[in-house]
Amino acid sequence: MTVDSVTIALVGSGGAGAMTAGQMLLDAAANVGWYGLMSRSTGPQIRGGEAAALVRLSPTPVHGPGDRFDIIIAFDWQNVERFAAELPLSDKSVIITDPSQGEVPAVLAASGAKQVELPIKELAGRIPGGRVNMVGLGAVAAIVGLPRAGIDAVIQKALGKKGDAAIQASNAGIDAGSKEAAGWNLGLELAAPNKEGATRWNISGNEAAGLGALKGGVKFCAAYPITPATEILEWLAPNLAKTGGKLVQAEDELASIAMCLGASFSGVPSITATAGPGLSLMTECIGLGVASETPVVIVDVQRGGPSTGIPTKSEQSDLNIAVYGLHGDAPHLVVGPTSIGDCLFTTQWAVHLAEALQTPAIVLSDQAMGQSRAIVDKPADAPHKANRLLATDLGGEGKYLRYANTESGVSPAAIPGMPGGEHTADGLEHAENALPSSQASDHQKQLDKRLRKLTSYDYGDAWADVEGEGEIAVVTWGSATGPSREAVRRLEAAGTKARLVAIRLISPVQPAKLAAALDGVSKVLVVEQTHGAQFHKFLRGHYDLPGKVSVFSRPGPLPIRAREVHETLLSLI
Amino acid sequence: MDTHLTDDVVGPLPGDYKSDVKPIWCPGCGDYSVLAGITRAMATMGLERHDTVVVSGIGCSSRIPAYTSVYGYHTVHGRSLAVASGVKLARPELNVLIFGGDGDGFSIGGNHFLHACRRNVDMTYIVMDNQVYGMTKGQASPTTEADWCESKLTPEGPGVNPIQPVALALACGANFVARGFSNNPNEVARLIVEGVRHPGFSVIHILSPCVTFRPEQRNWKSTVHPYGREPTDDPNEAMRAVLEDDGFGLGIFLAGNRRPFQPESAATRSIAQIEEGFAV
Ligand SMILES: Cc1ncc(C[n+]2csc(CCOP(=O)(O)OP(=O)(O)O)c2C)c(N)n1
Ligand code: SF4
Repeated sequence: MTVDSVTIALVGSGGAGAMTAGQMLLDAAANVGWYGLMSRSTGPQIRGGEAAALVRLSPTPVHGPGDRFDIIIAFDWQNVERFAAELPLSDKSVIITDPSQGEVPAVLAASGAKQVELPIKELAGRIPGGRVNMVGLGAVAAIVGLPRAGIDAVIQKALGKKGDAAIQASNAGIDAGSKEAAGWNLGLELAAPNKEGATRWNISGNEAAGLGALKGGVKFCAAYPITPATEILEWLAPNLAKTGGKLVQAEDELASIAMCLGASFSGVPSITATAGPGLSLMTECIGLGVASETPVVIVDVQRGGPSTGIPTKSEQSDLNIAVYGLHGDAPHLVVGPTSIGDCLFTTQWAVHLAEALQTPAIVLSDQAMGQSRAIVDKPADAPHKANRLLATDLGGEGKYLRYANTESGVSPAAIPGMPGGEHTADGLEHAENALPSSQASDHQKQLDKRLRKLTSYDYGDAWADVEGEGEIAVVTWGSATGPSREAVRRLEAAGTKARLVAIRLISPVQPAKLAAALDGVSKVLVVEQTHGAQFHKFLRGHYDLPGKVSVFSRPGPLPIRAREVHETLLSLI
Repeated sequence: MDTHLTDDVVGPLPGDYKSDVKPIWCPGCGDYSVLAGITRAMATMGLERHDTVVVSGIGCSSRIPAYTSVYGYHTVHGRSLAVASGVKLARPELNVLIFGGDGDGFSIGGNHFLHACRRNVDMTYIVMDNQVYGMTKGQASPTTEADWCESKLTPEGPGVNPIQPVALALACGANFVARGFSNNPNEVARLIVEGVRHPGFSVIHILSPCVTFRPEQRNWKSTVHPYGREPTDDPNEAMRAVLEDDGFGLGIFLAGNRRPFQPESAATRSIAQIEEGFAV
């Protein structure tokens, strides 16, 4: 008998190598043709300390965390209480534990999970240069039926530079672990992989966002590190350089966004990435981008808030500041990727939209997507590129109207280097010729124009992922999409048709499109990861939702699981 | 641009760099003369208007971009140096000048000033110091004397020592540091020309009276004096001289030789090649 999905936690204090083993497991699974997802759970300490690699493997694409862990393998139990809440177990789970590390902690044992002993330390100790994480990897591989060839390739790639001794030690560890586990028959063998179909990628949400920036045509990035957004900046640093762009480390987020505006004013598509506290600091300059009609993209990888909150854990609670955080009437773009792979498309699209509409675009990613790594089908190539509407007719000296009140609302831009286009871009309200103005008529005209260019643009089908049919619909966004999609599919598998609407274009809102997507629906469930039901209130404020509307909303840091959404849906039927 | 015949050189005139916009400044404000110095400097260098970008923050002095005829970006309070750094780093071929006040530069924008000095991007910062917040009607700025009691916000005086912009610039690593006085636009123009021509980040501190909120600054005419030494390329020597000066010495304190910061980049890979790294 085989299973469709296995969820595994590898736990151990710093140095045990749990993360490395988790990564190797994911890579090996990818090699043999499985899909997978790995997120990390780390404590507040910067290095060392307890850590868990949370891996889910399946023959089909994985959308979110599993309902429960099927396997926990612990190299030690140090501080595991601190994140026990992130390790839901049931009596069907298996805890693999090293007897030399003491009893299974009561918080985990209480689940009734089966316990299996594996003398991990002792086995590793018998091998010269042996490491516990390789013994653990071997055991897990045997339990899920991961072919050895997949692991060999990973070991070769990871340790090739370290030489034969390192490779031999790893192989011996893996052999020792898998030999012990071979006889356990836990019934957790994964269904055969399907190697057919598209090329697969192994990518994290933060890397995907960086790649999306490159594909959109970004050539400048100003960076200030903040968890969980730093990996976007770190990925962009070398890759922007390789593609002829530049990344500069700024002194703070105020400078990051300001530098991006400067680069963009000079015609170079620009991006920065941050998390909640940084976004707060950027809002004044984002407003400058709106008023001066300077495109810029800001990726906000949301984390638990407010204030410094929980930097290493996910939440969707920056929605309000992203949409409403600017002072004045400041229409701008807000988009949210719906999966790890979609961080690529959505960021690329954001670059395109920001440039096309000459305004800031905020991409709301989150920790759960940004810092998780998944095996996905290679995302389709999207045509979206930075393509700013440049002024062509600059012959008449002094006649150029930077903020011309055009029908589309988009005014042809002149950038430095273009003779005849000299003007001063301004955050002060201005007339069409860019000169400061405090007249009511100029203010009205520019406000109208800046709104019109956003609302009259045709965003096509990308505004949302719309799937399924039926009278019940889940409306969601961001990384709540994965578990919602899985819940809807479970409902369908049991015979109840349901729809999923995952909104990608948060702002400007698309009332007609959502109405069409929800046509005939009698029950709506809104799913989000906030305490204040921000998304629900946002929908209520801007859309008519049909039928009875219910809300599943809870804060981080625990990820939303398909089971929770599924149970809520069942209670509504 | 029209070219004109001046004494013996064919080139643009200062007026070519002025816009048609009438400044909103109070009559007698020192900033008028600074503007004259700026346009004179631009004409002297014959800058191409379309290749020149002026950036400012917010304040009376920060209104200058609207009064010039080059590309400009009038940004938000305190961020001009960061915006300008973005312009110059992204498009190194452009001439970049920044204008602003003492409040804009050293208070709300203090952190950016510090880092602009140490980053040393090749651009020129002209700070018009009137030791007051002019635009918000006369509050103490970071360069105001501790016992200046004319502000309603600090009726007993700010009670804290003023910073010295030139010493601060030197301490933070600016590569060219000079001081001028708005009353003498020719000298202001000369300092700006030297600053623009000097590679790296140049700070030109200009005493520019606010005749409305600090009318006593009209007396600066008799307070200023030539600093009296030749420019040095040694920051330590410059700092010693500045600390001995009374804050009213005019001239070039430092013309240093630090290398400007300008990351180079050349496309060596296609995006398709980068993508291949993700393939399983
Ligand atoms: C974030 C922010 N805070 C406060 C202000 C109000 N403000 C405008 S100009 C200014 C001070 C200007 O003083 P200074 O930079 O010395 O220039 P001056 O007007 O004297 O030339 C202040 C506080 C603002 N525009 N933005
Ligand atoms: S308030 Fe002072 S600085 Fe502002 S314009 Fe008037 S004189 Fe000049």
